[in-house]
Amino acid sequence: MQLVFEKRKSVSRRAIVLVPILSFIVSLILTGFLLLAFKANPFRTYIAMFIGAFGSWSNFTETLVKATPLMLTGLGVTIAFKLRFWNIGAEGQLVFGGVAAAWVALFWSPFLPAWSLLPMVMLVGMLAGAMWAGIPALLKTRLNVDETLVTLMMNYIAILFAEGLYYGVWRDPDGYGFPGTKPFPEAAWLPRFSGRAHMGLFIAIGIGLLLWVAMNRTKWGFELNMIGKNQKAARCLGVNVKRNILIALLISGALSGLAGVSEVTAISHRLQQGIAMGYGYTAIIVAWLSQLNPIAGLFVAVLMAGLLVGGDQIQMMMGLPAAMGLVLQGMILFPMLAGSLFTEYRIKRIDPRNSRVAESNEELSV
Amino acid sequence: MIPLITSIIAITLSAGTSLVYATIGEIYTERSGILNLGIEGMMLMSAVTAFATAFHTGSLLLAVLLAMLVGMLLALIHAFLSITMRANQVVSGLSITLFGTGLASFLGQSLGPASNRFNLTGMSAVKFTRLQVEGLGEIPLLGAVFNQDPLTYIVYLLIPVAWYFMYKTKFGLNLRSVGENPQTADAMGLSVTKIRYLYTIFGGMLVGIGGAHLSLAYTPGWTENITGGRGWIVIALVIFSMWNPSRAILGAILFGGINAVQFRLQASGTDIPSAYLNMAPYVATILVLVLVTVWESHNRKVGPPAALGTSYMREDK
Amino acid sequence: METEKKPILEMRGITKRFPGVVANDHVDLELFPGEVLALLGENGAGKTSLMNVLAGLYRPDEGAIFIRGEKVQIDSPRDAMNLGVGMVHQNFMVVDTMTVAENIILGLKEVSVIPDMGKICERIREISSHYNLKVDPNAYIWQLGVGEQQRVEILKQIYRGAEILILDEPTAVLTPQESDELNNILRQMTSEGKAAVFITHKMEEVIAFSDWVRVLQHGKLVTVKRTAETNPQELARLMVGREVLFRIDKTPAEPKDVILELENVEANDEKGMPALKGFSLQVRQGEIVGIAGVAGNGQRELTEVITGLHPVLDGSIKINGKDMTNRSPLAIIRSGVSHIPSDRIAMGVVGDMSVASNLVMKGYRREPITHGGLLDPRRILDFARRLIDTFKIATPTPETHVKFLSGGNIQKTILAREIDSCGGVLVAAYPSRGLDVGATEAVRNEMVRQRDKGSGVLLVSEDLDELLSVADKIVVMFEGQSMGELNSTNADVEMLGLMMSGVSKKKAEKEYYGSDHATGV
Repeated sequence: MQLVFEKRKSVSRRAIVLVPILSFIVSLILTGFLLLAFKANPFRTYIAMFIGAFGSWSNFTETLVKATPLMLTGLGVTIAFKLRFWNIGAEGQLVFGGVAAAWVALFWSPFLPAWSLLPMVMLVGMLAGAMWAGIPALLKTRLNVDETLVTLMMNYIAILFAEGLYYGVWRDPDGYGFPGTKPFPEAAWLPRFSGRAHMGLFIAIGIGLLLWVAMNRTKWGFELNMIGKNQKAARCLGVNVKRNILIALLISGALSGLAGVSEVTAISHRLQQGIAMGYGYTAIIVAWLSQLNPIAGLFVAVLMAGLLVGGDQIQMMMGLPAAMGLVLQGMILFPMLAGSLFTEYRIKRIDPRNSRVAESNEELSV
Repeated sequence: MIPLITSIIAITLSAGTSLVYATIGEIYTERSGILNLGIEGMMLMSAVTAFATAFHTGSLLLAVLLAMLVGMLLALIHAFLSITMRANQVVSGLSITLFGTGLASFLGQSLGPASNRFNLTGMSAVKFTRLQVEGLGEIPLLGAVFNQDPLTYIVYLLIPVAWYFMYKTKFGLNLRSVGENPQTADAMGLSVTKIRYLYTIFGGMLVGIGGAHLSLAYTPGWTENITGGRGWIVIALVIFSMWNPSRAILGAILFGGINAVQFRLQASGTDIPSAYLNMAPYVATILVLVLVTVWESHNRKVGPPAALGTSYMREDK
Repeated sequence: METEKKPILEMRGITKRFPGVVANDHVDLELFPGEVLALLGENGAGKTSLMNVLAGLYRPDEGAIFIRGEKVQIDSPRDAMNLGVGMVHQNFMVVDTMTVAENIILGLKEVSVIPDMGKICERIREISSHYNLKVDPNAYIWQLGVGEQQRVEILKQIYRGAEILILDEPTAVLTPQESDELNNILRQMTSEGKAAVFITHKMEEVIAFSDWVRVLQHGKLVTVKRTAETNPQELARLMVGREVLFRIDKTPAEPKDVILELENVEANDEKGMPALKGFSLQVRQGEIVGIAGVAGNGQRELTEVITGLHPVLDGSIKINGKDMTNRSPLAIIRSGVSHIPSDRIAMGVVGDMSVASNLVMKGYRREPITHGGLLDPRRILDFARRLIDTFKIATPTPETHVKFLSGGNIQKTILAREIDSCGGVLVAAYPSRGLDVGATEAVRNEMVRQRDKGSGVLLVSEDLDELLSVADKIVVMFEGQSMGELNSTNADVEMLGLMMSGVSKKKAEKEYYGSDHATGV
């Protein structure tokens, strides 16, 4: 007997919803085996992680703290991926946004009225993120240079640039050698509402909802969809593909830049070592697991943040490495990637001896 | 002056070794049409595996073999997802990196001795030492080339062999055809799936050796993020060498050289922020990528394998 | 009859199904040594999939294959090669970045691990001089033209010891001279006892090339004939399953003002080679201008410069009297141009979006489908339902993704959208290619209806019958130039054929009718 893939006659809606959920469960099971190998009880670990992330209001606010940049970068990545523009540079865009925010917060305050400092910080930070995504977009649309590799390289340039600043000219002389700038003036702080959770969360949720409307109900979203699914046809139908890619990528970068702004203005109040936490890479998981749906993306971001916070918690509570959360995050994509084939294909069994075709049962076809 | 330069050459080669292994591995993988962005995770995993094995068994051979095996297993996951399940190769590769980074860090905190709270960081184990080639090792400047660890000596051989295999043997011909035009390779009776699996896993094996070199020779020991982003540099180096194994050495010398110069500068207490120096290779890679792409539109002989990053299935109608 | 001769190849009851389509339905085939078999059928009749089964690229769902009397199982191209079956595909199976010699030995088992390229090149030269297949074994494929690449393909199959050569539409890309050369090569091969199957949908070639002909229709075998005992008219009838309508019902054209005008247009193809060389053309309101020519003579660039998809280097394009040279596709759409693109799946629809979405892909810019900047899903659905009814698009629901429709219904979706949004000029490239008879008729009638409504229609087609029956005027294109314009009512196939091979109208008239005869417009 042999198994082959057969294209479905229509896209399976059931599979679209089921695959991410099953993927999560499968990754919990697989990671469970790993935990068993290290003589840890998977159920107790998961429960501890859950409590650590969602068990109390103060824990939950920490989850929200990490969810905020994940939401923003995740949404940014979603826009780019919608166009099949493989922007894996959210990390760099975030960092560059943070650098620009620090620049304004540290050096512009003497020239600006206090009320305008924070808006200016946010604006310039977003512009910087947009610029950082705009470069690969321009290279792609003008010269057809592969965006995957350019965005990837630009992450490192941005991170090293930031490092050069906080280890070098921007280093706080009173910082006891700690790699970071001086703290920002308070006028440049993004207000917190509970614990470390800050207003960036509401901005991110607002943008997520707005983006859903824009992507599903506006001409712009319709054009993005056309370009992403068939660029050639979109061009034939009068859509300005290059301009749309550029605009979408500027927005994508601006959102990641905003994530960087919120990290430096609400959490650390300075640009410092640790600005590049890998949110920009996790954003890709967020976008992929949410199947490029901005509203689903908001929830997935909270879930991913929960894994991170939960990982930290089990380290404190059970002495297990915090990296557990990262392992779970990485693991979750494998079944997801394997499973997405089933939204368009089903498994068909063929028996080469008599060449008869046997349709698969429901189980196999999801 | 001469001892300084000699030492810079020596460090360059040592720093470049892991890069060359992984770059040649990734070149072979990409030549078959599979883009593997999981190198960073694979290197970390093989580095931690190698060090933990060396720590517990004291056998360098076993350490390298297990590191190779781990590299191959992670590459197998990528191969399965991107070839059999036809998943997006960018996302699949990144998830290998995320998973590998997480798991390596987890293992680093779990495989150590109980006395160090199971942490591997700060432990020491057997390591590769430099072996001086008699006679050659004493020549000024050039001596640095012949005063290296065994894995570096193997790399000297690997580069020409990898080039010859790719361009002069029929297996190399098959490999190139699969990455360039899988439909044709298939019609000519080659198994695209088999060849892609083979070279993705083979690439993973070399990446594994690269990882092992880091934790057993270049910076013996285990620290989180021991690769310092080398897995991503490898992706850049593949472009830099334009998918030709013989050019992998150039990029490796460039990146390795920057490491070495920095090492020296720090030692001499100079205050140039190393970050800016480190940035240069990435900027250079983007420039190379742009140049390659522009040339491509005039001369179709340079640039990435045409089918890179795309899955292939015969009965796709 | 051929009772003494044993067939070299037999296929019995071959059935191949794809989701939703039966590509081959119990097809039988016999091939004798020393003979050429033509496999005739419209696009989508199942010729290529039958041959892909033979070449080991597709697995048949049912049926058996016998080679030299023995039952065989062909699971892969390698199996096919070992049995002496070689296929020259329509899209050449060559690797651009490798040399001719490397391509020829690619995948060969008996080649040693380190191939001796000198010896291999020598052997290639031997074969190429024997069959008069001129190719430099050390040239890179990307340096060769299409004709040469085809020779590489044939050479490759002979080198591999192919006894049965399959050629998939070998002449589609060739000039008449190159076609003749191909015929000679085939004759040389069959005289040595080899056999060939060639796929085509051109009747003239069947007559010129083959000994036997098998006609496929909708995946089924309809006839087997000796070529000597049939004629193009009969074959045409067998192919489409009824007498061909050589004229569709239409009144004479009443051309009015010029609506589309090209003057000395120059453009390069994607490789930077000149594709349009000073091409001029006029299309008036209320007429259909046909463009005839062998594919690859600039037709694609012609439709794309008009629709703004391809840059014009020199010359001008006027639409409705306004200069629209090198304007954006959107500006050209707004000036009233509709476009039925040649590659309907790649350029005409977004397969992963719904029928309704595809139908509004031009209308979405207008009120009331967009209202206050927001799309109105209810209105989109109403709009789509209306077009689905008017154009009789067979789709389960308006929300079904277009990629799940049949070729004919995909084309109807494009047609509906383009005609609904048409503002005076319709550019149609191969609009009936690969469609069944019913859909073809619908498409052709729709173009005539557009003409009668006063639009100017530009129809690019390879199908001379289509041009003669639908178009009012025919312009023949050769190597990016116009060979002249004929009135379709008194144009004939021979004359068109001459012009398509690069003979100007004036010269063609001299050659064909003598100097004193004229067939002007």
